[in-house]
Amino acid sequence: MSISGSETQVSYLEYQGKHKGIWSWLLSTDHKRIGLLYLYAIIIFFFVAAFLGLLMRIELIAPGRTIMEPQTYNGLFTIHGIIMIFVIVIPGLAAVFGNFFLPILIGARDVAFPKLNLFSWYLYMIGAILGVLSQFIGGGAPDTGWTFYVPYSVESSTNVIYALTAAFILGFSSILTGLNFIVTIHRMRAPGMGWMRMPLFPWALYATAWIQVLATPIVGITLLMVIAERVLNIGFFDPALGGDPVLFQHLFWIYSHPAVYIMILPAMGIVTEIFPTFSQKPVFGYGAIVLSSLAIAFVGYFVWGHHMFTSGMSYNARWFFSFLTFIVAVPSAIKVFNWISTMYGGSIDLKPPLLYAISFIFLFMIGGFTGLVLGSLATNVQTHDTAFVMAHFHYIIFGGMGFAFFAAIHYWAPKMFGRMYNFRLAYIAWGFNFIGFNMLYFPLFIVGLQGMPRRAYDYLPQFQSGHVLSTIGSFILFAGLLLMVYNLIRGARKGAVAPANPWKGVTLEWKIPSPPPHENFDDLPEITSKPYLFGNISDNK
Amino acid sequence: MFTGASNLADGVDKAFLFIFIIAFIFIIGISAFMIWTLIHFSRKKGKAPMQFSGSMKLEVVWTVIPTILVLLMFWIGWKGFAPMRRVPPDAMRVTAIGRMWEWEFVYQDSMRSKELVLPINKPVKLDLVSEDINHSLFIPAFRVKEDVIPGYDNWLWFTPNYIGDYEILCTEYCGLLHSAMIAKTRIVEQEEFDKWLADLRTASFIPDPEGLVLLRGTGCLACHSLDGAKLVGPSFRGFYGSQRIVTSGNTQKTITADDEYLISSIYNPDEQIVEGYSRGLMQSYRGLLNESDISIIAEYLKTLNGENQ
Repeated sequence: MSISGSETQVSYLEYQGKHKGIWSWLLSTDHKRIGLLYLYAIIIFFFVAAFLGLLMRIELIAPGRTIMEPQTYNGLFTIHGIIMIFVIVIPGLAAVFGNFFLPILIGARDVAFPKLNLFSWYLYMIGAILGVLSQFIGGGAPDTGWTFYVPYSVESSTNVIYALTAAFILGFSSILTGLNFIVTIHRMRAPGMGWMRMPLFPWALYATAWIQVLATPIVGITLLMVIAERVLNIGFFDPALGGDPVLFQHLFWIYSHPAVYIMILPAMGIVTEIFPTFSQKPVFGYGAIVLSSLAIAFVGYFVWGHHMFTSGMSYNARWFFSFLTFIVAVPSAIKVFNWISTMYGGSIDLKPPLLYAISFIFLFMIGGFTGLVLGSLATNVQTHDTAFVMAHFHYIIFGGMGFAFFAAIHYWAPKMFGRMYNFRLAYIAWGFNFIGFNMLYFPLFIVGLQGMPRRAYDYLPQFQSGHVLSTIGSFILFAGLLLMVYNLIRGARKGAVAPANPWKGVTLEWKIPSPPPHENFDDLPEITSKPYLFGNISDNK
Repeated sequence: MFTGASNLADGVDKAFLFIFIIAFIFIIGISAFMIWTLIHFSRKKGKAPMQFSGSMKLEVVWTVIPTILVLLMFWIGWKGFAPMRRVPPDAMRVTAIGRMWEWEFVYQDSMRSKELVLPINKPVKLDLVSEDINHSLFIPAFRVKEDVIPGYDNWLWFTPNYIGDYEILCTEYCGLLHSAMIAKTRIVEQEEFDKWLADLRTASFIPDPEGLVLLRGTGCLACHSLDGAKLVGPSFRGFYGSQRIVTSGNTQKTITADDEYLISSIYNPDEQIVEGYSRGLMQSYRGLLNESDISIIAEYLKTLNGENQ
């Protein structure tokens, strides 16, 4: 199946190392195999959490009890959030596509610390499985929401400690991956690849990795403090013991806001790779995109307070956090303009990856502008902690990170598996996903503006019409997701053999065979120019 | 949605309008341009792609314009918000208590009501007190919301502009019945308010039965109603002395709700579950209520059986 007849190495899928069979995967330190391990785990956990989401949507189709009790519902949205945020969205793009493509894109044979990389995957799996287990053992499914706000998370009699420990372990996996990527990018770029010759997905991963390393320890220690308060009765947060419940919110969001950028920066990096390839045109404003990534990573540290506008912070803290929140919107806008300018004047081929990347821009814009509604103090008062917030962050996280993930998998699947999926099915699945997604989440903006609180099992009758639409949308979306994954799996197993460069891309991954050989490159490439130069290719198209 | 139901609503709605208009223009404009680009520069047309890769001038333009726009949004949002933190000195003060899972409003430090009744056109300041965990008091029509956090002296204020009933919701997730933590605010004329307050004062002079005080203080009433409404647990109305079908282990039996059953239910809530209710929702109150407390409660529950409660 390998097309690398002239190559001296076998593909990473066929390579036989020290271990055989399943162990050649579970003990592999090859960044590509580890990337696939993450991919398979993420697909499974994603469908678990998406199914829980579907159950919640069924419950919400009408006010009052539909299919479950309130305690069940509270457990569902908690574990849905924990899996989606800590197991899928935060690690997702960096762990799957970062692992697989970062070394290739910068012309290296592997990451700097391959064994640490495998260790991260094991930590990830332990954390993820512990998170799911917390649903089924001991005192009942955790019911605190993924934000673990005290004092409730200290008082709830459910399995909060398991969930906290799971998040703590997943945090360490994230820190180690970030550290690995920082060192890899600093030390292992191919000869001649100066910083400003590096492709933009690695740049995005670089900005992300710094957030992972610097911000994640804060949430780690915060979760440990909650455990200490539960077990040892130490009064960090409980006012009855001399603690401060708002302190928890500060510590939690000091990490969890930057975590939003851990999700979205790699997503931005991925679509930045896709636009030039399908336009056959250099990326527009390379420097501006690099700077805006770094600016987002930096300013993103200082806006956590906008999650707490109604928590009783001082007046000055409120307006200042609001001000910074608006500032951090600018670099995202700059990126959008640069992406569109990259397509302008190109030779545009609307293949599935580009279709997903364009949908990303559209959904990300809606998510971004509704984020401004939440960032503005006056409108925040009305929308804070309502369904509006839920719709907003699903547009950013699912519409942004999720659709970027779909773009990435459609872009790189032929490289990863050496086979191509069916385009027709991919377009149909996209249609379901795009329509289902908007139908699922857009009505929730309206319901939120009307005043419906988030995390609500029951609601007032005037909110119902939006919820009915939303539930219908959830079924359409779920069908689309199943179709998409079916098509990708079928393509990876039985699809037509993919050439080394099906999209006429010019970054390094397209210059090696599909699937890549075990060591990626026979000889490390020598980089002599900026990335994204299409001159030679477009002449002989 | 109401418009201008409180003095603060206009500032909020102006900010909504401003941001939504800009958002609408940009989302539609950029999407239309994107679609036009896809069609105009489609590969099918066979034109060679141009190879330009940036423009300093454009970068400056699309950095400066969005910066100006977001600063305008920030400013208009701030302007709408600032009055919310400037409470007039003559505002009437009401304490709003949040507890799992109900609101209670205290007038003049002594008179309690489940309903927030307020006179029209008079500024009111709500002092927000939590008796347990975080809540958030939200009156959508008035565009006011502030978290109710234990140990924090949070507050909000507004002036209601119209007579009417408005919902009060809890927007900070607070456990099992978070979504049912709803109260009503009733805006009335000054005279009606004065009369209502006088009635409330009279009612407050009759001391509550000791059993009721115990039930309220222990938090029982969040799940067990006094008026027959079905909440998480069975209502206390018509409960004492009644015949109940309970599930104990895997077997069902009929028991009489007497002192003995009451004690067993308070100390080992999961042992005998009344048909139609769920296991695992109630904690044991051993240590919080002793047996003499329980017999006081039992005495009170007996009074809930007659018509003339």
